[in-house]
Amino acid sequence: MLTETNTLTKADAPPPAVTYGESNAQPRRKVRKKQVTPDASAKRMAWVVQVYAVRDNKDRKAFAELFGYFAPRVKSFLMKSGASPDLAEECTQEVMATLWNKAHMFDPTKASVSTWIFTIARNRKIDILRKQRRPEPEDLPWGPEAEPDQAEAMGLQQETEQLGQALATLPEEQRKLIERAYFGELSHSQIAAETGLPLGTIKSRIRLALDRLRHAMK
Amino acid sequence: MMNNMKQIKHHLTEPLLMGYAAGTLPEAFNLVVATHITMCDTCRAALAEYEAVGGEVMLDSNPVDVAEDALAATLALIDGGTMAETPAPVRAKNSIFPGPLQDYVSGDIDSLKWRKIGGGVSQLVLDTDGDASVRLLRIPAGTAVPDHGHHGTELTLVLQGAFTDEEDRFGAGDVEVANEELHHTPVAEEGMDCICLAATDAPLRFNGLMPRIAQKFIGI
Repeated sequence: MLTETNTLTKADAPPPAVTYGESNAQPRRKVRKKQVTPDASAKRMAWVVQVYAVRDNKDRKAFAELFGYFAPRVKSFLMKSGASPDLAEECTQEVMATLWNKAHMFDPTKASVSTWIFTIARNRKIDILRKQRRPEPEDLPWGPEAEPDQAEAMGLQQETEQLGQALATLPEEQRKLIERAYFGELSHSQIAAETGLPLGTIKSRIRLALDRLRHAMK
Repeated sequence: MMNNMKQIKHHLTEPLLMGYAAGTLPEAFNLVVATHITMCDTCRAALAEYEAVGGEVMLDSNPVDVAEDALAATLALIDGGTMAETPAPVRAKNSIFPGPLQDYVSGDIDSLKWRKIGGGVSQLVLDTDGDASVRLLRIPAGTAVPDHGHHGTELTLVLQGAFTDEEDRFGAGDVEVANEELHHTPVAEEGMDCICLAATDAPLRFNGLMPRIAQKFIGI
């Protein structure tokens, strides 16, 4: 089954030449704030508060709430990325334990809780599923740690919520393409084989979907 | 390094940033991406956005039930304190190799075991898993790398010095993303040796015929 395949196997080597050779990415940190459902933004700030409670008070109740929401989604991501249910379960627990251990590293002015947990899950996927070393950028020299600015944190949470809503309202076909690219369940060449679309078309469709997301953020 | 940032003109492509964010690139490409991002604030910011998209894709996916005792098991894992954490890499003092490369090279430029590949150019193949390979290239100032085409995608990140080819000039921090169509003759600028980190997903020449260890000695 195609959905069982992950991009890690030799058979699924990225199609050469075309896959990565798009025009250069432009800086895109020009997101303006827009109204987002107050409830949804409040939910995101609530996650931030829960991570703080874990960080500051080793608050197990707050952790349980984060766990209840995120663990099933992390597990879903890992399974779609090619992990068996057992392995996905084990990895999910490790991802959530990492959240606890690294709560002091979380900065809501740089990432939403959903983004942060996704990167932890992504890293675990590479460590465990792909069993590869995982080169990471150096941290920026931020200087002395200051308590993140509340308004800035709020702004980023809102923007991420807006991004989530934009993703949810993409046409089904475009949303699926983005999902597949992220889950790595299909390489571009497999998507091409399955849909009968040529590679160039896949690429431009993914790009179109991303452009649309960006447009929705303006 | 900070001084270079404004001069970086050639950035990572969208598929590379997205692939790194999603964790779907081969290790060799991840190494080039992580090294470039260490040098480039523009791409660091762009990556953060692709990671945010990943987070939303994850939220949007149909939740899968975790084991009944999953929370308890996770708390036990936390209490056991057995989870090893790897800190972000740091650059060794006075090294031209950014943090991500420190795990892959032992020593600095002159202490590495360079192998000559002709025309005065040397290379050092780095050890990575997966379907792509990565090497350091050392091109003496003023020297041309023999004309070469590509199979697959080749990423070339300049760590020191600069080279010019038919496309443009590439200085420290710039990354050239070349595909099969590009036949180029990079020429290192005068002044200092040009050191590049180059990754390719083309099949290795000896794939299947010789064990990996032998490839290391022969080179790509």
